[in-house]
Amino acid sequence: MFDLFKIAIRNLLRYRRRTLLTVSLVSIGVVSVLVFISISGSFKNMMIGQITDSFLGHLQIHKKGYVSSIDSLPLTLNLSPKALEKVEKAINEIPDVEAYSKRIKFGGMFSNFVETTNVRLNGVNPEDEVKTVPLLLSRIKEGAKTIRTGEVLVPELLAKGMKVKVGDTVVVIATNSNGSVNGKQFRVGGILESATGPGGRDGYIHIDDAAEILRMDTMAISEIAIRLKNFDKVHEVFDRLKGQLANELNKQGKPAFEVHTWEKLSPFYNIARMIDLMTFFVKLMLMAIVLISIMNVMVMAVYERIREIGTIAAIGTLPGKILAMFLIEGLSLGIFGAAVGTVLGVATISIVSMAKLTFDFGRQKGLLLSPSINIQDILLISMMVITVSVMASLQPAYKASRMNPIDALRHV
Amino acid sequence: MSLITAHDLSKTYLKGETKVEALKGLSFEIEPASFVSFVGPSGSGKTTLLNLIGCLDKPTSGVLRVDDTDVSSLNTRPAAAFRGRKIGFIFQDFNLIPVLTVYENVGYPLLMVQNTPSRERKKRILSLLEAVGMAEKKNKYPDQISGGQKQRVAVARALVTNPKLVLADEPTANLDHKTAYMVIDIMKKMKNELGTTFIFSTHDQKIVGEAETIYTLEDGELAGREVNNV
Ligand SMILES: Nc1ncnc2c1ncn2[C@@H]1O[C@H](COP(=O)(O)OP(=O)(O)OP(=O)(O)O)[C@@H](O)[C@H]1O
Ligand SMILES: [Mg+2]
Repeated sequence: MFDLFKIAIRNLLRYRRRTLLTVSLVSIGVVSVLVFISISGSFKNMMIGQITDSFLGHLQIHKKGYVSSIDSLPLTLNLSPKALEKVEKAINEIPDVEAYSKRIKFGGMFSNFVETTNVRLNGVNPEDEVKTVPLLLSRIKEGAKTIRTGEVLVPELLAKGMKVKVGDTVVVIATNSNGSVNGKQFRVGGILESATGPGGRDGYIHIDDAAEILRMDTMAISEIAIRLKNFDKVHEVFDRLKGQLANELNKQGKPAFEVHTWEKLSPFYNIARMIDLMTFFVKLMLMAIVLISIMNVMVMAVYERIREIGTIAAIGTLPGKILAMFLIEGLSLGIFGAAVGTVLGVATISIVSMAKLTFDFGRQKGLLLSPSINIQDILLISMMVITVSVMASLQPAYKASRMNPIDALRHV
Repeated sequence: MSLITAHDLSKTYLKGETKVEALKGLSFEIEPASFVSFVGPSGSGKTTLLNLIGCLDKPTSGVLRVDDTDVSSLNTRPAAAFRGRKIGFIFQDFNLIPVLTVYENVGYPLLMVQNTPSRERKKRILSLLEAVGMAEKKNKYPDQISGGQKQRVAVARALVTNPKLVLADEPTANLDHKTAYMVIDIMKKMKNELGTTFIFSTHDQKIVGEAETIYTLEDGELAGREVNNV
């Protein structure tokens, strides 16, 4: 085996230029894929993190039908205290849940005493909300980083349009589920930076203020946002919650609740999927490059050495050994390409990482891109390159092993 | 008992529609430890015959036994195994492996064909390199030595597995006279030392004289057998 490697490597060195070219081609491919995976992956993860951590949460639970009519923020689809109790019980049974936040969502009018416009508001318990979406506070551009009763966090675009500043007095007017209109004065507590996606431009008030405006005798919660200890468990927890809540039926005999992961709630999920698809095709292209370049070299190698093959076959080398010789040559090419590519790729990624590249997405400015690559991805790519290299050598190697020694020896 | 027995041996090639009768009913016997030459004009069938004896090709009809094995029916793999065990080859163009040193070329059949343990291998390689006078060039690559030296290395490679039989198709055709004689002398010396049977083909009349038994081929038929007393 060791000797087969020695012979393979000497043969590769014999055609130094061609070997160098092939190894470069394969390693450039590996570098490109690793850099692409790391940048697109870190972009994706950072965007998902931004969205889930700044307003969405990892999972959300509503009364059945709420999400499909979320644009109108229907108060009629809020959860009754009894229903809420069931949902909270189910959530509390899951150890993977880090925190959850109950929200009263409603639409109303926002007035600065000169102009009036409409506004979408979340009434939240600040402590729970901050635990569930930890980036919320960092979105407060001006004002105190908290949500106090009597204060409203105004989305920046609304604040700009209505020309309100921190400390100004404004009025929020809303209609409750019985159709009665009520208004309440608020002090502008802070200006809130926009986040990407629906709900990213909502304002925030304290949950008690929301209940007061809407004249709720008992808290009727619109939405429960959940944060997990480990984001990767989102589907596991989703299945569990769904299973636990599936038995709760409404009067029509249909499930009373609906559970959604962030994927169903944010359009960014489709971008994330596009990124995954692109990654897949980039990998596929790499495999095609490896396949074609290695196969090309190996076909050449066999063709150039027909007389040598005839010689060793005449001497009594068994076909299997000749096959192995050429497969090992392709394998060595793959190993070199993968190794060189990995080293250069990791170096490139750390350079990009050190360069502290920033990018803007929608209204979010200066997001820091910190590309990184995990060892599994590196191993997977390397294994794929090496496997494809051996596969690409199969046909030429097989041909070599089947050669008739007389014909091969006569070859000029 | 003879090492090679051929009876009514024929080989016919099909070239499109036309048949080429390269060998027409040859019968002969070759004893162990003999030094045999086949001579004849171009196209007389020398290479064809050596290919048959060397299990590289199958006869169209007739009997061919080499070392008590009916080689006329061996398939690819058993034929390769038989060659690896029993036969050494010397080629007209030397056919050394360019990426291996002289030492490694001689060792190739032991390493890749017979899987000989490394101690034994080293001993055999060195003693054969010594015997053909190439010991001090053992670390050179084939492109760093002359044609005559290459053929001496090839002789060592053919003998390293201690085969019963060594086949050499025109081994001296690419060598000048002096070198040719030297290579034939080495082959003869090895035959005497090891008792190996050597069969070589040539159309060089002067070299032919070096053989003990000389078969003449003409048009695929045996035209004569001559025994030299050397
Ligand atoms: N593969 C083949 N297909 C068809 N005809 C062949 C083939 N090999 C050899 N022949 C024919 O068989 C005959 C004998 O050829 P062979 O090569 O054995 O002669 P030779 O004595 O070795 O000649 P030379 O001295 O030129 O090497 C020739 O007529 C040749 O054309
Ligand atoms: Mg010939």
